[in-house]
Amino acid sequence: MTPDLSVRLGSLELQNPVLTASGTFGYGEEFADFVDLDSLGGFIVKGTTLAPREGNPYPRMAETPSGMLNAVGLQNKGVDYFIENIYPRLKERRSEVIVNVSGACVEDYAEVCHRLAALDKIHAVEVNISCPNVKHGGMAFGTTTAGASEVVTAVRKAWPRHLMVKLSPNVTDITEIARAAEGAGADSLSLINTMLGMAIDVERRRPMLSTITGGLSGPAVKPVAVRMVWQTSKAVKIPVVGLGGIRTGADALEFIMAGATAVQIGTANFLDPAATMNVIREMHDYCVRHGIADINSLRGII
Amino acid sequence: MKYDLEFDIISKASPAPGFAVLRLRRADRLPLPPVAPGQFVEVEVPDSRHTFLRRPISVNFVEPDGMTLWLLVRDAGEGTHHLCNLEVGRQIRLMLPLGNGFGVESRRRTLLVGGGVGVAPLLYLARLMDEAGNRPDVLLGARSAELLLQIPEFNKYATVLTATDDGSAGHHGVVTTHPAMTSGEYDLVCCCGPAPMMKAVAAVARARGIECMVSLENMMACGLGACLCCVENTVKGHVCVCTEGPVFNINQLNWQ
Repeated sequence: MTPDLSVRLGSLELQNPVLTASGTFGYGEEFADFVDLDSLGGFIVKGTTLAPREGNPYPRMAETPSGMLNAVGLQNKGVDYFIENIYPRLKERRSEVIVNVSGACVEDYAEVCHRLAALDKIHAVEVNISCPNVKHGGMAFGTTTAGASEVVTAVRKAWPRHLMVKLSPNVTDITEIARAAEGAGADSLSLINTMLGMAIDVERRRPMLSTITGGLSGPAVKPVAVRMVWQTSKAVKIPVVGLGGIRTGADALEFIMAGATAVQIGTANFLDPAATMNVIREMHDYCVRHGIADINSLRGII
Repeated sequence: MKYDLEFDIISKASPAPGFAVLRLRRADRLPLPPVAPGQFVEVEVPDSRHTFLRRPISVNFVEPDGMTLWLLVRDAGEGTHHLCNLEVGRQIRLMLPLGNGFGVESRRRTLLVGGGVGVAPLLYLARLMDEAGNRPDVLLGARSAELLLQIPEFNKYATVLTATDDGSAGHHGVVTTHPAMTSGEYDLVCCCGPAPMMKAVAAVARARGIECMVSLENMMACGLGACLCCVENTVKGHVCVCTEGPVFNINQLNWQ
């Protein structure tokens, strides 16, 4: 038996549920020696803004137990660079290519999406209202229902295709934000972005990051992410994409059983450049071992 | 082409207290992929309870058989502590080769300057330069004589000069006060060591009009240019040390 791993995420047909998380997989080609990019469900390219951004000063990373903090701060070359230099290479890919979009103000988000709308092979954007590492925009929009609603409403007008909204875990009740995004026209929700964290080098008596605080990712956040996916998938009707600390097929299946339609692999790409391939293989093997013909039958069983 | 491969630790030595040299061979016994001096590997740390990421480590040496690779590791934290204490026979996973590396100069008069564990990439560079008919001078610095690393190995491929902070071997003082640095006739300096040392060496080289290449070791996660954590502020803005470096011409760096 060959189990069917394909899933439908709104208007997107994914050959399997495995996407790569924004900011952890470059534009895919960095991993081409280790990963068959065409066998992924899709990949989400790194956060793209209207103007180029240099990001935050070094140091931007600190290793923590079963995870890491980052404070990259959306370093990227801007949407026009993406359109001119990156997209021509990506459009030949068989996997879905989703662009992660960020902005300092609502108009920025809408303008980036408006420019991306001309690229017919980009079938979806992931709107990042949850970056903890920028002073303006980012998480500020994703921690109130009004902010989330305002950004998603503006992007909805500028973007004609699938609209995924990436949610922050740094909120009291993620389901409120989820419902606000759904109400403003989101087609799917991805969660969780990183958790706001902090680490101190006690020998040098200094923060580990130039920005003092940063975003925690990796297996350390996985139980929180699974819980939030479970809560959110019960609170909205649109599909949910789960991420946070997924390293193995079993990790991915936890999210699917908690209600996720697809998953994203993030920090695990730093440990093992072929992590995505292993997750797909292990999900396949699980289905064979348990006689599961269609992975969709596992979704939301908890 | 980059690879992620299992290696066997075939032998191990300690060139000084707190340092280990691991000699590695591919578990499948195939030859190593081409590795340039100055390139690095990302090593998985087995059995480490609290570390998580791989460790970027310079290639210290590639034996002429093309099969055997050395890593010089300083016991500097939990991850490197585990690496230093791995036993012969253990397998470890390495992603390689990563980064750009030093060019192998076959003609210009070259001084290699290494401090602490920063001597690591210079040994392999010295071997290839020597084989190219351009035996380099190498200036090794350390706090004291027992922390000077791999002198017998360097002697095979280079003319070795030393400097120690306490004067227990060679020149008494830091490498930038050694006559080779202050008045030696060189066309090129290749340097790897602690950041303050590299900045001081870069300043001397710049003042004397000598071209200078340095190998940076910014903290990094992926080693592939994806995480954007290891950035250095350069004349081109923030660039990844793992892909644009680790070796940079000092003219590319905002070090003045």
